Amino acid sequence: MSQIYYRQAIRDALREEMRRDERVFLLGLDIGRFGGTYKATQGLWEEFGDERVRDTPLSEAAIAGAAVGAAMTGMRPVAEIMYMDFITIALDQIANQAAKLTYMSGGQARIPVVFRTQEGAGRSSAAQHAQSLEAWVAHIPGLKVVLPATPYDAKGLLKTAIRDDSPVVFIEHKLLYGIKGEAPDEEYLIPFGQARVAREGTDVTVVALSRMVLKALEAAEELAREGISVEVIDPRTVAPLDLETILASVEKTGRLIVTHEGYTRCGVGAEIATQVVEHAMHALKRPPRRVCGRNVPIPFAPVMENYVIPQAADLVKAVRELMS
Amino acid sequence: MDGSEKVHRPSAVSVAPDAMDRELLTRMHLTMVRIRHFEQRAIELFMAGELPGFLHSCLGQEAVPAGVCAALREDDYITSTHRGHGHVIAKGLRFDRMMAELYGRTTGYCKGKGGSMHIADFSQGVLGANGIVGAGIPIATGAALSAQMRRSGQVVVAFFGDGATSQGAFHEAANLAAVWNLPIVYVCENNHYAVSTPVSRQMRVSSVAQRAAGYGFPGVTVDGNDPMAVYEAAREAVERARSGGGPTLLECRTYRWMGHYIGDPATYRPAEEVAWWKERDPLALFERRLIEMEILSQEEIERAHEQVRAELEAAIEFARQSPVPAPEDALRDLPQ
Repeated sequence: MSQIYYRQAIRDALREEMRRDERVFLLGLDIGRFGGTYKATQGLWEEFGDERVRDTPLSEAAIAGAAVGAAMTGMRPVAEIMYMDFITIALDQIANQAAKLTYMSGGQARIPVVFRTQEGAGRSSAAQHAQSLEAWVAHIPGLKVVLPATPYDAKGLLKTAIRDDSPVVFIEHKLLYGIKGEAPDEEYLIPFGQARVAREGTDVTVVALSRMVLKALEAAEELAREGISVEVIDPRTVAPLDLETILASVEKTGRLIVTHEGYTRCGVGAEIATQVVEHAMHALKRPPRRVCGRNVPIPFAPVMENYVIPQAADLVKAVRELMS
Repeated sequence: MDGSEKVHRPSAVSVAPDAMDRELLTRMHLTMVRIRHFEQRAIELFMAGELPGFLHSCLGQEAVPAGVCAALREDDYITSTHRGHGHVIAKGLRFDRMMAELYGRTTGYCKGKGGSMHIADFSQGVLGANGIVGAGIPIATGAALSAQMRRSGQVVVAFFGDGATSQGAFHEAANLAAVWNLPIVYVCENNHYAVSTPVSRQMRVSSVAQRAAGYGFPGVTVDGNDPMAVYEAAREAVERARSGGGPTLLECRTYRWMGHYIGDPATYRPAEEVAWWKERDPLALFERRLIEMEILSQEEIERAHEQVRAELEAAIEFARQSPVPAPEDALRDLPQ
């Protein structure tokens, strides 16, 4: 075991897979000599060169489309969309092409492509560099959607994504790159569709995505001092979703909170809460709660930004209300 | 195009007939005959209510796919469009499985999941016709990147219409292909209308080919109703791509005889313009030339038509007799 940074986990996964399989290559803006805006690809250009670590023009539709075309014809591209907000420009290629061509061709096309991107607020980046848009892609049949919250998960899940034969949207969080965590020195992979119980508890189930896992753990720690036992579940992949682990937890606690930075309205949390109601209404002592991003664009000023993104204190408050 | 442009004669590449061999010319002719009959029968079947969905006919544009695909290797790739039957026929796809797809049957190329707009056969290098205008262009560009990285020697052709060249996807992909010197030929079938909007109201440049200058690779305009001119230009572009010379934008000026879709009365086009182009029927003109050149006789031409018709009727019968998918087949074929 070593302590590694989240960005290092991403880089290690890319490096290991590129060494393992020469069909794997990277393309995106400023990922080569510059090492990526968040330095997730630093050092890879030095090892693999221009051909496999490809700096592109500022051109998200071409990045995504070229990745789809290359994936359809024998390569295994990992395309980087620098900010998830910029995925709008590439969305036709991701949602109408990558997601659909296998199905639309009657199962002929195999499209092993990974779209790496990062989301999240907390850096005063305002409304076009801080959104969490996982719901957009999770909505589309044919896409797998991954949101790692720890360095361990980032590495194991990215390796799985690269080896997957179908399109994966891999969503990192810009404020997680600098966090450290344990990861084995030997190779490991983490299968999709397996949630992680980040903390066991008996009173309330908190299903948290991406960086909200950390805030949920912080809230659970505080609530533990009041004698409230919170179970924190990190789905890790929202498509496929490990409903079983979530249902088992709700059967135990009878209370559910879903939390993510993405907008509350039509967010992934709404989907998770609905599925829990459909399958485990009998177990619920209280209606499920969403502690998610407010339905406004992300504002610039820190005080406003912190207000629209859920904080640990919001989770503490919501748990107390469910327990009262 | 407005009325004044109707008389524009595209700058056809002049081809000495003896520069092309008999086999090639016969092959291109057969391809055009196949496309012509397929499209005519598809319209009849659609009008008779046998085919679901909608139908975009490429009648009148047969020379472009026939000329371009004659310059390709079997393992080269193409991407196609909503008006794509001609492209995939020219790339070698079968009538029976195409018809079955139009009928939405399990024996179709896409098992009835794609239909007229989405025919694909990866084994023949057909990476799919596409319902999103311009979307095949970045995909083709990616396939060209793959060919370059795998050093396979393959070339990719992206087919699209004049309308697609106003899409951002075209610009982004063309620029990327230029920067990376990819083995691709961008083939624009300029049929002069994006649905109802004439080219003159889509772009200020007088030819689509001029747009290539913005990317730093050659742009060529040819008479898209002349398969020999198309072939010559395509051969040059394909050779350039295959030998590491990078992309070409090949604009083929042609005309769709029908409306945007079958059922579109196309009242936005002057009758005399349609008549002018129909007089320049690419198949009739080519057949006249083949007879003049003594490549084919009238009898041989008629025999080719008969054979194609017979094959087509058998394909239609195959489609009609093929199983309709079970409703729950809809849940299959997602990526695993």
